[in-house]
This record gives sequence, structure tokens and C-alpha cells, in this order.
Amino acid sequence: MKTLSRLYIGLILLFLYAPVAVMIFFSFNSGGSVWVFEGFSFDWYKGLATNTSMLEALQHTLIIAVLSAAISTIMGTAASVGILALRKRISRSTVMSVTNIPMMNADIVTGVSLMLLFVFIGNLFALRESLGFFTVLSAHITFNLPYVILSVMPRLRATDFSLHEAALDLGCTPVKAFFKVILPSISTSIFTGAIMAFTLSLDDFVISYFTCGHYQTLPIVIYNMTKKTVTPDVYALSTIIFLAVFVLLILYNTLQTKAETRRGVNA
Amino acid sequence: MNKKSFGSRVVAAPYIVWAAIFIIVPLLIMAYFAFTDANGVFSLENFTQIGRFKKAFGLSIFYAIIATIITLLLSYPMAYYMTKLKISSQRMIMMLIMLPMWMNFLIRTYSWITILANTGLINKFLDFLGIGRLQLINTPGAVILGMVYDFIPYMILPIYTAMSKIDNSLLEAASDLGSNSLSRIRRVIMPLSLPGVISGITMVFVPSVSTFYISQKLGGNKDMLIGDAIEYLFNTGPHYYNIASTLSLILMILILICTLIMNRFSDDEEAVVV
Repeated sequence: MKTLSRLYIGLILLFLYAPVAVMIFFSFNSGGSVWVFEGFSFDWYKGLATNTSMLEALQHTLIIAVLSAAISTIMGTAASVGILALRKRISRSTVMSVTNIPMMNADIVTGVSLMLLFVFIGNLFALRESLGFFTVLSAHITFNLPYVILSVMPRLRATDFSLHEAALDLGCTPVKAFFKVILPSISTSIFTGAIMAFTLSLDDFVISYFTCGHYQTLPIVIYNMTKKTVTPDVYALSTIIFLAVFVLLILYNTLQTKAETRRGVNA
Repeated sequence: MNKKSFGSRVVAAPYIVWAAIFIIVPLLIMAYFAFTDANGVFSLENFTQIGRFKKAFGLSIFYAIIATIITLLLSYPMAYYMTKLKISSQRMIMMLIMLPMWMNFLIRTYSWITILANTGLINKFLDFLGIGRLQLINTPGAVILGMVYDFIPYMILPIYTAMSKIDNSLLEAASDLGSNSLSRIRRVIMPLSLPGVISGITMVFVPSVSTFYISQKLGGNKDMLIGDAIEYLFNTGPHYYNIASTLSLILMILILICTLIMNRFSDDEEAVVV
């Protein structure tokens, strides 16, 4: 039974990693094919360093991810506080239903509906280009917001109100009490929301595809590359991304385990 | 009970304005395009034309259902076996499942071409064995494989989360009352993991039914799926915005109906969020 279950887990992991292994392997191909391995070389990696369109796209991706994560985290945290303060139950549930829409909906529908909005605004102001930096940024903020809110809101709801009251009794202004008492107690969930927003933004292809215009992010450049005959440079790029994420995850995991053992010792 | 709060509702104002402009208004514009002709005059003409996309809708739904079923069948034992491991191994496997998810799905899909192509790795191996080549790429099977591969983490993770929450004492109680392992799975684990299954199904079905990349790359553009049709029409020009909006609207309603049906099966609020 035990061997069988281990075998099964192994097979699923093999399924998950077979394409990844293939990709890493062929990124070292000295030839230009992703089928025929001619010899080992770092040529495609060296080529990346001089591929300006890709480097530019990488820069765009990072700018959009950082900005959209920061803005949606601040707006989403404020929204969570405000939504809980709404007096009527019906207005709370209406806002929450609307918040759920981008999460439930297919990305393609969110993408095209935003594109229609941006084209409409562009025509209204007779802009030469209706799509670009600001449209892709606002699109990313829009699909990040629900994840931030759904990360912060439950934690906020579970926070002990008496602490906040105590701070007020001790002479804090409501704003100061929020920053001194409430914010520290929900900081983990805000951080989780921000990380989630950042990675969603990094990875998004479908919504960016419809809203970015000439401000191309990395997934868009990858898409354009896979439209033509693919050379191993795409694989080389992906291998780098894969390794970066791998290192980050290991780091995060170790830190978490450490934090847990420390907490365990204290408790 | 007097519900107290930490702050003022005014701080939600920027978000509410944002949500109105970027969530509600775009959908209204989409609906406007769906119900008008190219001149902006009200018309139901677009809806009479969707017969042309019947096959695309049918195939999308069919492929997505098959992909969701296969994903579920593969994921359920995986999640179950994972909960039987040591906590540290569980965490490591979770990480391994999430890792490919953080890689761009375009590349993950594309790598399958290397494996499945006519001169790809599987066919080379078959050649080597002297069996002869198989047509693997550009088939419906390849498209479904792509869907299963891309979205399987979204099935494993919620099921695993639901299962790992199950109190061990319930299983012990079931054994004490005479259940064997099979009936423990059927009577205890299955009902309690249902919320995870439900959210897994939604999270695999929705991206599968609306995908537009997987079919182009692995299906060789032979059969157009509804996502392909929407993408193609929107890229062809503003002239096709009306019919493309109609298709998007129908796709959205389809997904909404599916989600509502699935949510009826689970009253656990958390399941939707995971």
C-alpha cells in the first residue's frame, strides 16, 4: 500500500515535471531545434543578454507587477476595512459579489471587456493609441484587487475589537489606533495578498494580451515567439525564470519552517 | 448584536469607484456591443449568427468536461496519498506541485510539442523500438492533455486542503464502529472533501472551457474552440466587436451557470475562495 501510494505520487510528479525537464535539457542545445539535440552549449543563454526586446519586456513586467501589487494592496486593504464598516448587510454583499466577478469570470472575458472599455475611452478622447502602460496597469490592479481583499478581509474580521477600543480609551485617535493596533495584527495577510498580487501580475498572459497594446510584457513576448518557429532561447529564458522561482520558494519555505520552529519554542 | 468596526466606510470609496469603472462598466459595454450592430443600433442579429459557432461551443464544453473529469480522477488519489505522508514531505510535495504553476503556462504548454511532435521524443522512442510513429500532436487528445497538465494543480490543491482538514478522530471513530478502509473513504473522506472537489472542478473547468492558446498550439488549429473564436474575432478588427462580444457574453453566462450549479453542491463558503 505504502509503495503503491509513493509510486502514484511519483508518477504524478513525473507528469508535472516531464515538460520542465525537456525544456531545461533543450535550452542547452547548440543547434537551433527544440527536437534534435546537437550538442551542449550556453549560446542561447548568452543570446538572451543581448536580446533587447526581451530585456525590455522583462522590465515592463517587473514595473507592472510591482506597481499593480502595491496599488492593489493599499486600495484592497482600505477597501476591506471600509466594506466591513458598511452598515447595511445588503450593500456589503453587493460589493462582495462585484469583487468576486473578476475571480469567477474567465480571463478572456475580463480581458476583452476591459479592452472594450479602454478602446471606448480612447475614442472618447480621440487618443492615437488607446492601449498602453496605463491600461495594462489598471487591468492588473483590477484582477489583483479581489485576491488582496479576500486575503485581508477574513483576518480583519477575526481581529479582536477590544484591543482597538482599548487604544481609543487610552487616547489614540481612530486613525492612530488603526495603524498602531489593527494594522500589525493583519500584516501577515496583507503581505500574503501582496505576494499573490505580484505573482498573478507576473504570470498573467490573457488579460495583458488584450489590454497592453505596444507596452509588451514578458508573457506577450513569449507568446509572439511561440507563434513563429521556436528556438531554444525561449526555453533558456524559462529555465532562468524556473530556477529563480525555485530558489525563492525554497527560501520562503525555509524561512517559514524556521519561523514555525521558533514559535514552537516560544509557546 | 451591535456590529462594531475598525474604521470608517469612507476608506472603501476608492475601491468602490474603481470596481464600478473597471468591473461593472466594461461588462455593460460588452453587453451593449452584444445587443447592437456595427452602427450602434439595437439588434439581435448577433444572436442569430451564433449558430455558426455551435461547433466551437460544443467542442469547448466537451473538451473541458473530459479534461475536468480526467483531472479529478488523477488528483483525488494524489491528494489522498499526500495526506498520508509526514508533514514535512507533504509540504515539499505541495511546493513541487505549485512550482510549475509559477512558470508561464505558455511555455509549459509549448514544451509538450517537443514531447508529442511527429519527430518528438515519444515518436523517437517508438521508432527506436521499431513500433512506428503515432500521430500525437494536433489531435483532440493533445488538447485535452494540455488542459489537464496546465490546470491539474488547481484540482490537487483544494482537494488536498479539504482532506488535510479532516479530523483524524473521525476516521478512528469510523474504524471503531467497524468501517474498513474502503468504507471509511466512501463514508467519511469523500463527503468531507467534497467542498475541495467542487472548487477544484470550477477552477479547472473555467480556464479549460475558455482557453485559446492550448488548442492553437497542441490542436494545430484544426478545431476552433470558443476562446479561439473570441480571440480571432477581436483581433480581426472593430468590425467584429459585436459578434465577439456576443460570444463573450454567452461564455460568461455559461460559466456563471456552471459556477452556480457547482456552488449548490457545497454550502461551505470557504470552498469558493480557496
